[in-house]
Amino acid sequence: MSELIESVEDVVRIPLPVDEEYVIRKHRLKSSDGSGQKRICIVTGIHGDELEGQYVCFELARRIREKAQCLSGIVDIYPAMNPFGIDSITRGIPAFDLDMNRIFPGNMDGDMNEYMASRIVDELLGADLVIDIHASNIFLTEIPQIRINELNADTLVPIALHANMDLIWVHGASTVLESTLAYALNSRETNTLVVEMGVGMRITKEYGEQLTDGLFSLMKELGIWTGEAPTVRKPIVAYDAEGEDVCYLNAPCSGIYIKEKHHGSKVKCDEIVGKIINPLSGEVMAEIKAPEDGMIFTVREYPVVEDGSLMGRILREKVFMENLT
Amino acid sequence: MTEEVIYSFKGLYRDDFRVKGYKFGEGEKSVCILGSLRGNEYQQIYVCSLLISELKKIEANGQLVKGHSIMVIPCGNPYSVNIKKRFWSIDNTDINRMFPGYDLGETTQRIAAGIFENIKDYKYGIQFASFYMPGYFVPQVRMMKTGNENVELARQFGLPFVVLHKPRPFDTATLNYNWQIWETDAFSIYTSSTEKIDKISAKQGVNAVLSFLSKEKIVEYHGFAGYKSRVVESEKFLSIRANEAGFLESLVKVGDNVMKGQVLAYITDPYTSEILQTVKASQDAIVAFEYDSPIAYKNTALFKLIPGRW
Ligand SMILES: [Zn+2]
Repeated sequence: MSELIESVEDVVRIPLPVDEEYVIRKHRLKSSDGSGQKRICIVTGIHGDELEGQYVCFELARRIREKAQCLSGIVDIYPAMNPFGIDSITRGIPAFDLDMNRIFPGNMDGDMNEYMASRIVDELLGADLVIDIHASNIFLTEIPQIRINELNADTLVPIALHANMDLIWVHGASTVLESTLAYALNSRETNTLVVEMGVGMRITKEYGEQLTDGLFSLMKELGIWTGEAPTVRKPIVAYDAEGEDVCYLNAPCSGIYIKEKHHGSKVKCDEIVGKIINPLSGEVMAEIKAPEDGMIFTVREYPVVEDGSLMGRILREKVFMENLT
Repeated sequence: MTEEVIYSFKGLYRDDFRVKGYKFGEGEKSVCILGSLRGNEYQQIYVCSLLISELKKIEANGQLVKGHSIMVIPCGNPYSVNIKKRFWSIDNTDINRMFPGYDLGETTQRIAAGIFENIKDYKYGIQFASFYMPGYFVPQVRMMKTGNENVELARQFGLPFVVLHKPRPFDTATLNYNWQIWETDAFSIYTSSTEKIDKISAKQGVNAVLSFLSKEKIVEYHGFAGYKSRVVESEKFLSIRANEAGFLESLVKVGDNVMKGQVLAYITDPYTSEILQTVKASQDAIVAFEYDSPIAYKNTALFKLIPGRW
């Protein structure tokens, strides 16, 4: 009978100036029988202030161990791609003030960060599926969703349907996004799904459970999991390459945002979703109304806003209708 | 000279955010010069302040050629400068990754759009720029190879080097790139420093702009012969990297001629001062960039060299 083999391995190890080594590690869980050595990689912590993936990494390993005999392949878990960032509540890479998700595919001969990025790409290339878990940022809460570049929609949407997410958002291509990990891998024929869920600096346990269910369902599809897979919900798919499916609520003035609607709420046109107040003058500076019928899938969590700050995103009603047909 | 606020919004507890432009002359939008977009670009603001003071004199002396207007924007981001933060105060975004901007978008997209709307119609665009790594540069004009770049024009600054580089994905959201896409001839000028004010190289930056303006017959100005610029592709720069991490002890300065095999720096163990790496020049070259920090990470580019001699 197949046994579970576990190891914690270095992905990159680099000496730092003063008596410390920089290290990125992974947790590998694999079946001993050698059969079906397909590989799924769970990546998180590229943005050091996004912690939702931390619970998923833990929970996935816990559930695999519970039914170890059902594993038939390799599960690699990378909980901290940006360990400096996680340690210091920093989104980017501290000391370099760089967004790690803007330096891929990296460069073997480049500086420390470019070198790391290149090693990470090498490490993940060839996996049967990579899941890169993000948690929005500290400003916004997101319903559990997968974001897909329109260039990869044909390949990735059918896979993403199994991930137990509430929304699949296919967005337009942009040159700037060419330096993300997902782009680097998808353009090198390694399928990579980007999950966005919850909010920065916090863990939403129910979202973690929801995604973990999705991971088992994906593993079942890939043949990495022979046990039962949870039934998954049917996501709304927004093919939004032209940018017509989503309304953006940007602050018309600076102030303190008080939200009136939670993420996931259905709203009607002109319904109040929040207001911007001025605690100094005691005035309401703006009432924020839904411009159309739809569902709020992104909500402002961090109350301080300034002219232009994003307060929410609404998925237009027409997208629901399209999904019904 | 007229002073105008080209973009602003109200703060909640802070004073209004304002971007100011200083305009000289009237007529065709000839040249726009922009200083800092980031909170640590003190030198870039300083160079603009010297330039404004020179242009005032030139205008007063009637040496501004009729039919041309010039605008100088010393700082596109006073909010970040005043709190000593490199990027945007609340969300740490970089205004110079937001061009051409979006007036209905998020705060830094709006700022970029507000600035760009005011500066996109100029014939020439000059930005005093900074590098993402701490260090010193040999004065140079940089241009992106977008297909619209005009190297001969870049020589008019009379700076020692004209550097051409290929845009990377994130470059497409910079001011320089978007200026070129909107058919402004755009140049980034690197004087030697960023967070420290270097008066000599600031003066050189001012002279470079005035030399350009006089060669393009926008001002009548004499007094700076300048260099005959050498054109270098940025891929031809040799990066001399740290193979070890530790303290950095640098022995050469930016602008120095170095010979093949010459010792440029030592990396030492910060606890025992043992030499971990003797950093040498791989060929005869000019030091074009010098990393400035007491500590070096492994693989850091300590120097960038331009092969050859002055
Ligand atoms: Zn993220």
